[in-house]
Amino acid sequence: MNSGHIVKSFDEELEEVRNTIVEMGGLAETQLEAAVRSLTERNTELALKTIEGDKAVDELELAIDNMSIRLLALRNPVADDLRLVISALKIASLLERVADYAANISKRVIALNTAPTIAPISSIPRMGEMVRRMIDDTLKAYTNGDSDLAYDVWKRDQDVDQLYNSMFRELLTFMMEDPRSITSCTHLIFMAKNIERIGDHMTNIAEIIIYQVTGEMPKEPRPKGDKTSVTMIDNETP
Amino acid sequence: MLTQAEANVENGPDTGNGVIISTRDVNVYYGDNHALQGVSLDINKHQVTSLIGPSGCGKSTYLRCLNRMNDTVDSCRVTGEILLDGVDIYGPSVDEVLLRARVGMVFQKPNPFPKSIYDNVAYGPRIHGLADNKDDLDEMVLTSLEKAGLIKEVQDRLHSSGTGLSGGQQQRLCIARALAVRPDIILMDEPCSALDPIATAKVEELIDELKENYTIIIVTHSMQQAARISQRTAFFHLGEIVETGDTEKLFTSPSDKRTQGYITGRFG
Repeated sequence: MNSGHIVKSFDEELEEVRNTIVEMGGLAETQLEAAVRSLTERNTELALKTIEGDKAVDELELAIDNMSIRLLALRNPVADDLRLVISALKIASLLERVADYAANISKRVIALNTAPTIAPISSIPRMGEMVRRMIDDTLKAYTNGDSDLAYDVWKRDQDVDQLYNSMFRELLTFMMEDPRSITSCTHLIFMAKNIERIGDHMTNIAEIIIYQVTGEMPKEPRPKGDKTSVTMIDNETP
Repeated sequence: MLTQAEANVENGPDTGNGVIISTRDVNVYYGDNHALQGVSLDINKHQVTSLIGPSGCGKSTYLRCLNRMNDTVDSCRVTGEILLDGVDIYGPSVDEVLLRARVGMVFQKPNPFPKSIYDNVAYGPRIHGLADNKDDLDEMVLTSLEKAGLIKEVQDRLHSSGTGLSGGQQQRLCIARALAVRPDIILMDEPCSALDPIATAKVEELIDELKENYTIIIVTHSMQQAARISQRTAFFHLGEIVETGDTEKLFTSPSDKRTQGYITGRFG
């Protein structure tokens, strides 16, 4: 932002929206980190806590909605102010979904913890960390109005998709080798899918940040790398 | 690839409707005061163009160049080129009285003559000798009042004084008076700033209808009004044009920091 508005309370209200988005994003990041950790630690208590933590994110979304509606009605924002408010509404709704995915991972952790052993899961924490960093950088890009960093996050989603593709194949192979692992592997696939979706949402948010800062969407088509929808594994393959 | 809006900002107006007024490097001096500095702007036919900017930025001065109202100010000097349908309006063969009939003007404060409603509207056609007979004149008056959206409110009292109308009605009477001499272009200098919101809405609705047949250039201090009624907006600052573009683009993502600062209320 350059110089402030003549009406200072307008600045304060916009600042509050920005701060709440950052707070919400921070919470969503923590939720994802906790969900993945509850998986690696097989920690049911942490998983329960994470599910419970989703409410706080929902409340922040509501707060941002209310603030934005009030700003639109009372301040008639235009230009970059208008872009900030519209972006906040969209980002809040995406972050709410991100936290939902984290809560869903935690629910599956509780289910998995009733099983004696599960398939090796090293890829999930790796994906989780990749996506957590995407959230972190997205929030940095948002705070600093850094469209270059947002663009960097936008491009990074492809790496997450690739990791997801290989994990999908790996888990399918496990299931073929040992049908008793189907339940746990299916949960793991859904978890990985959840993380992959969070990555997609970060791509969305990065686009919104680029629009908010520059007034334009990225011109090139979004990089897409999730090929699992068309993946088949031959039964004969060991 | 540039979007259409961006292309307009860079290359001047969308010429879909055709340019009716083309101004190049217009400078206006009031004595030593260089009020307008090298302004170039094209006005599209049958569109509403709004001129916005802080007080003293030159937008009214620019507007008053377009029908040579500045000629009435002794110390005023205008240079540059102002073409109306390709003809230089400051050229030697141009009759400024006829020019002002073709380029009508509506002012900030409604200024009906202290005459009847009928005579207010009939005034222009009479001095320009536009009507052949009484019936012809009646027709012109009624048509103009109808186009100005005033006929229903005044048809029973055409011979009462125009100054007895409400502010909003007076302003529409002034618009009817401007329409009566069959202009192509109507200049409006803050036409709603003395009106209440309902009267403002009526004038805005009228402007929207009038653009079918007239080209309208409006100076306004209300950013929301510019956004509501105009297709193109020019932002003036310190005697220069900072940015011209499609209204939608200018109010969602202006190209210039100064435009952004002004329309968002950050101007220090």
